[in-house]
Amino acid sequence: MTNKTLVSATINGEPVEFLCEPHQSLLECLRDILELTGTKEGCNDGNCGACSVLLDGQLVNACLVLGVEIAGRAVTTVEGLADWRGLHPIQRAFLETDAFQCGFCTPGFLIATKALLDRDPNPTEAEIRAWLSGNLCRCTGYDKIVRAVQAAACLLNAKCEVDA
Amino acid sequence: MTAQKKKPFTVVGERLPRYDGADKMTGKAIFGPDVTLPGMLHGFVLRSPHAHARLLSIDTSRAEALPGVYAVVTGADLPPAESTDHRYARDNTFASDKVLYAGHAVAAVAARTPTLAEQAARIIDVEYELLPAVTDVLDTTRDDAPILHDDMRTRSLAGRGNKSSNVASHFQHMKGDPARGFAEADVIVEREFHTATVHQGYIESHATVATWSDDGVLTIHTTTQGSFAVRDHVVWLLNLPMSKVRVVPTEVGGAFGGKNTSYVDVAAALLARKARRPVKITMPRPDVFLATGPSSGAVFRVKLGATRDGRITAAQAELFYAAGAYPGSPVGSGANVLFGPYAIPNGQIDGYDVVTNGPRVSSYRAPGGTPANFAAETLLDELAEKLGLDPIEFRLRNHAREGDERLDGGTHGHIGGIEVLEAAQACEHYTAPLEGGPHSGLHRGLHRGRGVAHAAWGNWGGRSSCALSVNGDGTVSLVTSSVDLSGTRTTIAMQAAEALGLPPERIKPSVGDTDNTGYADVSAGSRTTYATGIAAIQAAKDVIAQMRARAAALWDVPVETVGYADGVFSTADALRFTLAELAEQVTSSGGSVSSIANVDVGEWGAGFSTHIADVEVDPETGKVTLLRYTVVQDVGQAVHPAMVEGQMQGGATQGIGWALYEGYAYNDAGQMLNANFLDYKIPTSLDVPMIETVIVEVPYPKHPFGVRGVGEPPILPPPAAIANAIYRAVGVRPDHLPMTPAHLLEKMGVIESRIMNHDS
Repeated sequence: MTNKTLVSATINGEPVEFLCEPHQSLLECLRDILELTGTKEGCNDGNCGACSVLLDGQLVNACLVLGVEIAGRAVTTVEGLADWRGLHPIQRAFLETDAFQCGFCTPGFLIATKALLDRDPNPTEAEIRAWLSGNLCRCTGYDKIVRAVQAAACLLNAKCEVDA
Repeated sequence: MTAQKKKPFTVVGERLPRYDGADKMTGKAIFGPDVTLPGMLHGFVLRSPHAHARLLSIDTSRAEALPGVYAVVTGADLPPAESTDHRYARDNTFASDKVLYAGHAVAAVAARTPTLAEQAARIIDVEYELLPAVTDVLDTTRDDAPILHDDMRTRSLAGRGNKSSNVASHFQHMKGDPARGFAEADVIVEREFHTATVHQGYIESHATVATWSDDGVLTIHTTTQGSFAVRDHVVWLLNLPMSKVRVVPTEVGGAFGGKNTSYVDVAAALLARKARRPVKITMPRPDVFLATGPSSGAVFRVKLGATRDGRITAAQAELFYAAGAYPGSPVGSGANVLFGPYAIPNGQIDGYDVVTNGPRVSSYRAPGGTPANFAAETLLDELAEKLGLDPIEFRLRNHAREGDERLDGGTHGHIGGIEVLEAAQACEHYTAPLEGGPHSGLHRGLHRGRGVAHAAWGNWGGRSSCALSVNGDGTVSLVTSSVDLSGTRTTIAMQAAEALGLPPERIKPSVGDTDNTGYADVSAGSRTTYATGIAAIQAAKDVIAQMRARAAALWDVPVETVGYADGVFSTADALRFTLAELAEQVTSSGGSVSSIANVDVGEWGAGFSTHIADVEVDPETGKVTLLRYTVVQDVGQAVHPAMVEGQMQGGATQGIGWALYEGYAYNDAGQMLNANFLDYKIPTSLDVPMIETVIVEVPYPKHPFGVRGVGEPPILPPPAAIANAIYRAVGVRPDHLPMTPAHLLEKMGVIESRIMNHDS
């Protein structure tokens, strides 16, 4: 058996300690050890974006980060978006504009959208498409996702309500 | 954009938030890979690296000796085969005498961790005797091709062949006198088309958790399009009573036909039985490409003739479809799609189902249809051009009407194909000028073009079950056995709400398992909203009838005097109960009210779709950019227009991937070279524009609300629409899918030979 390492980090605002093997990816740690299964595995080689999470605010594929690398750092997963008041505006926008079908890639898109809107509150359609090109969706054809990001930007800028 | 008309419904036709939506936003929804049971082990399937080899021996002793390994299974653990089809299904679970594709399962291990299971599987000693492999659709039919199944004889109208062949079957459709039809034609066009194998490409891999109770009941949690289909498959392969297998479907992370088939459920069940622990298998992405799906690579030889006034006089086609390792390609439905929309007096279609050293094909959204539509609609475009006719006008002149006899047998029912073409002709996209085109020549100006293609798809009805139960507060619980792939809980509940006269928030829909619901066919064939909707409406009618009887009993009046409308039971004497008020009393007045409707829907409405594509082609690199794209489709009645648009946009985008990017690449040894999402490219957000939609509603009379299937038709036209646009942009007609830059540069004479060889 491999020696396990104790990792201390902040996940969705909460201090967390867990044991993992040095080879385990952050994706495995989140899903299998911490039971945060909202982050999905689609390819495990960095090509689909289903495991998108924020690491110290930066968008990363959790399958390409080792669990031990997050020691002392902050991770945000899809479970960290909504709070007791309800859904995050990005989630509301995706839900109310039907920007999802099977819902499997959705957590990755929500996180990627948060990363985008955190740095640019008013992206153009071209900027949205470029930013989201690392997240694969096989169901929607992206049209409604791009519109949901625009709707979320509007909501976050307190300019409008979602027109469902 | 929806055609304006008077709204006959209250709930149907509204854009409501999905019942399952919130959990899919927060990560709470449980998909296949998310299931965990106490004490669960992890399984890993060892797969053959060779495309074709005799399996001489398997020695599992080193794997079994590894600490933390609980069970190892091989084909020897499966009951013996009882028929040819049974043997194919059995051998596709674990190879017996031969491996037939790179990725063919050979053995499986259950261990404490996924890593350990894989390590153990890698030290299983397998001895192979390599055989030559064949992956090309036409090569496999040659006399000198390596034979996959020594006992396979071609099945045809003439009976069975007398020697081993990779051609599993040959069928023929014949109508009228094709030779006379071609003799009557003023213009004849003829071409050969090759299309690559593609994968459904769902983002969620196949995942299953199997566990046995100590009295021999097997429970399987799995991601599937049909819980009963998995149950029946497992029962068939493990020789168990149906009542001893319970399948609980999870949320499904994309399927598109690829999860009609069970892949790792039997392996997990065998491991769990041996280990006496729950066992989970999640397929790694490369395994999904290597051993599940895909859709057939195909070759078409198509010929069409027409008179000067634009009437098609004859059609002829040969279709060769690769089934992968075992027979069963969708060549039959390819033949249905080929000339599906048109009334053609004379025709002959020959279809060949051939086996190749690839994974056994599975359904993919309108199975077999997209490559056939590419071949037929490209040739039809060429014919229209030679006749000097507008492509939509040419299609309208030849379009089938209700009662017309089809080339493939049968007659057309109540169809909306002409309405779809007319809506396409009238839409702003088709009438808007395209800058730089059409017919802007090669090497000057902007290389832009506009193409159209049209398609018919049969859709399906089938068996469905829906149960309704009235709660004491007047809400209604709805349970179906139809797995919800992309929102059907909502569209079924909306139809129940409409029939019950209740607002949608009073319905609570869910998906049941094989123990607690009636039988349902797979959620496939664009049938779920249609057929399970019919079951929901039937159950709703029965609930109302029972409630009317209760109201009559409580009021002590004859039941015929009790009316029901908009959630209120009433009589002419002003007696009045809302459904909620009556619900409060039902449990104390004769027990609860519930109803289960089981249907086997034998008739359904076909779906027609016309697509318009504007492209720009870079003449130096061969890159195709989509500038604008519109999908026009008859959906009968849109139950939830936003979800209908989503189906149209998503189906079109899969078709765009098929057209431009996707294809299995094999080396000479028959091994797939691009089994990952980097080298097997599906469309990203950068590859497609906004997909415009025009919903046409020609109600289907056999459904109470006029609904037709929606999901499959939009995948059919994209390759032909794009190919026809490319022709107008650069003057060459692509005849291969995917239409890679290399293929276009070769067609344009910029390069001499293809850089990348796909499998056909």
